[in-house]
Amino acid sequence: MTDARTARGSTRAGSPTRRAEDSHPSGDDRYLVIDKHLKRARFSQDQLIETLHVAQDVFGFLDESILVYVARALRLPPSMVYGVATFYQLFTFDPPGDHTCTVCTGTACFVKGADDIVAQVGEAFSIGAGDTTADGTLTLKTARCLGSCGLAPVVLLDGAVHGRENADEVLAALTRIMEAEPAEPVGAAAEGGEG
Amino acid sequence: MAAVIDLHEVADREHEARSRYPWRIKACASTACLSAGAGATVQALEQTIEAADLVLDAVVVPTGCMGLCSRGPLVRVLRRGGDETMYQAVNKEVAIDIVRKHVRNHEIVDTNLLDTNIPFFTSQERVVLANGGVIDPDRIEGYVAHGGYEALRKAITEMAPEQVVEEIRSSGLRGRGGAGYPTGNKWALLAKAEGDQKYVVANGDEGDPGAYMDRTVMEDDPHRLIEGIAIAAYATGASKAYIYVRAEYPRAVERLDRAIRVARRNRLLGRRIMDTDFTLDVEVRIGAGAFVCGEETALLASIEGRRGTPRLRPPYPTERGLWGQPTMINNVETLANVPTIINKGAEWFSSIGTERSPGTKVFALAGDLVNIGLIEVPMGITLRSIVEDIGGGIPDGRSFKAAQTGGPSGGCIPAEFLDTQVDYDSLRQLGSIMGSGGLIVMDDTQSMPDVAKFFMEFCMDESCGKCVPCRAGTVQIHTLLDRIGNGDAVWADLRHLEQLCATVRDTSLCGLGQSAPNPVLSTLQYFGKEYEELLSDEKKEVADA
Repeated sequence: MTDARTARGSTRAGSPTRRAEDSHPSGDDRYLVIDKHLKRARFSQDQLIETLHVAQDVFGFLDESILVYVARALRLPPSMVYGVATFYQLFTFDPPGDHTCTVCTGTACFVKGADDIVAQVGEAFSIGAGDTTADGTLTLKTARCLGSCGLAPVVLLDGAVHGRENADEVLAALTRIMEAEPAEPVGAAAEGGEG
Repeated sequence: MAAVIDLHEVADREHEARSRYPWRIKACASTACLSAGAGATVQALEQTIEAADLVLDAVVVPTGCMGLCSRGPLVRVLRRGGDETMYQAVNKEVAIDIVRKHVRNHEIVDTNLLDTNIPFFTSQERVVLANGGVIDPDRIEGYVAHGGYEALRKAITEMAPEQVVEEIRSSGLRGRGGAGYPTGNKWALLAKAEGDQKYVVANGDEGDPGAYMDRTVMEDDPHRLIEGIAIAAYATGASKAYIYVRAEYPRAVERLDRAIRVARRNRLLGRRIMDTDFTLDVEVRIGAGAFVCGEETALLASIEGRRGTPRLRPPYPTERGLWGQPTMINNVETLANVPTIINKGAEWFSSIGTERSPGTKVFALAGDLVNIGLIEVPMGITLRSIVEDIGGGIPDGRSFKAAQTGGPSGGCIPAEFLDTQVDYDSLRQLGSIMGSGGLIVMDDTQSMPDVAKFFMEFCMDESCGKCVPCRAGTVQIHTLLDRIGNGDAVWADLRHLEQLCATVRDTSLCGLGQSAPNPVLSTLQYFGKEYEELLSDEKKEVADA
């Protein structure tokens, strides 16, 4: 997509892509993915948020060296990149755990008792929302609204939707997943058909 | 340059292709039904059709949202030339049954039949969601076969830009993002504004928890949004448009990206659209999780790649917006109304709804209701009709306590106002707002101070921190609500709470802070007793003494 502004931002492209073909100078080829995006975005500074998304996709999280790398490539002050990265909630600075439990805390799920699920899962693993267990096996997250309010309360276990569950069921499912047994098929809980 | 799409030819071909199959099975593949397992349903339908050797008789069409999300996955079976059957909770086994019994043997699968004559379906009026459950969102042909891009063609080949603005103005369309500013006036402002480059921005940053109207439009009918944007750009003289989408909506981003590519290939976007002089580029921009970015000046900052903090208005974005150029921000649902208004005329549009709030409104209905899902109703419908008829009432023998509209910026409406008409002005009078369309119903087990605290926690987390009243005020209000919830509060705390709410409302920089106290103020007004009951007896007496 061409855009007057993108073109303007591109005139002084940073150098990191020059030898992007084979391996990355840093020795970490994941940077190549970032380079590819930057090139396509013509190093436009307004592509900062998109670039951070790409970086988080490949690294799983953002750390200082990644932020500095993006800052240099886009010719932005590292302080600004840090400011943007910390402003938006979807950017995370800690490596996620092996498994993730995301509890939707949207209004519909709140009305159906999502806070109880968060509390009980948190208690069972001695972590708070947003934290990862000390052994790095589980991250407990909350989400604003997953938009599946018909299944409230909704919980995502490693990305699979579990609807209309209470805390006990979530804990049981979590235990199953963490013991690496095959999880229930997606949506299995939804068959009941409320009302 | 590629050839311009021939709308009539594509539509004809599409209609012909459809009539080839005696049976067409439409399976809802929207996010809500996918969460309920629609992926497996579609797969089972297709596999069974093949196994039963019915590939020439039946075809599966994955479609957008059919509305009744709590009964998903939903499936509609259409027979050529006539009847239509709707099924609910279609899991793999039921899907196999539908093909084997219904399609092959013409026997209805009684166990999962969904009656489409219930008020949930009959009380709705679908304009924005007209294609939901009808077309495959990934195929432009489906959209064109239902009259798609006809409005754009009409606008850019038969109407002057001023005429388009006038048509929208006289339709009375108001912004569907919540505040209800007349859309035509906004368009006229941008059309009048002077600048080297004008921008149109579609606001798809639907942050209100429990609301997914805009997501449904973007995912299920992306071309409708693109057509609306193109008409807006033509009318206002913009040549670049952005669609700002929440990062939480990856499917919407994917479908919009694809739809933009296809539209460009067919010369419905890009240079010299439909061989006219009109040129428009549309680009999707992704947020990163910040509720405040729904506020228009914060949204603009985010598109520019900066922290999404709002700024004072004026100057309004139509004077100084993206990169200092005139910019107009319209909500996704607002723009999705535009093609139909151009096609059917302003008069038709204003005949729906009420005089001051014409048209329809999409609501995401959720909470303690029998029927949960996405609905589109004419403005002016009573809240009672939405809750009792469409929503099917409160389950488990409980009774209605409150309806929450407008999310963290709105309020709770008690049972005594159930007969209020749902429109911008009536809801505002009740201390709530229309909002973007989240409508959460709560039964008598819900504690209103708890609900208020839930929303205040949300606003506290989402405050961008730029202005003091919102940054500090929301924390203090939350602390007070916490104290009340714990039974540690005294009468003076309630008074404090009210004063603080008024201060935050009156002095915050942007809409987030100004409206953050609404859930507290409205629950204090209608459910004040619940707050009082939470004051500890001992402290009540001390205060009374």
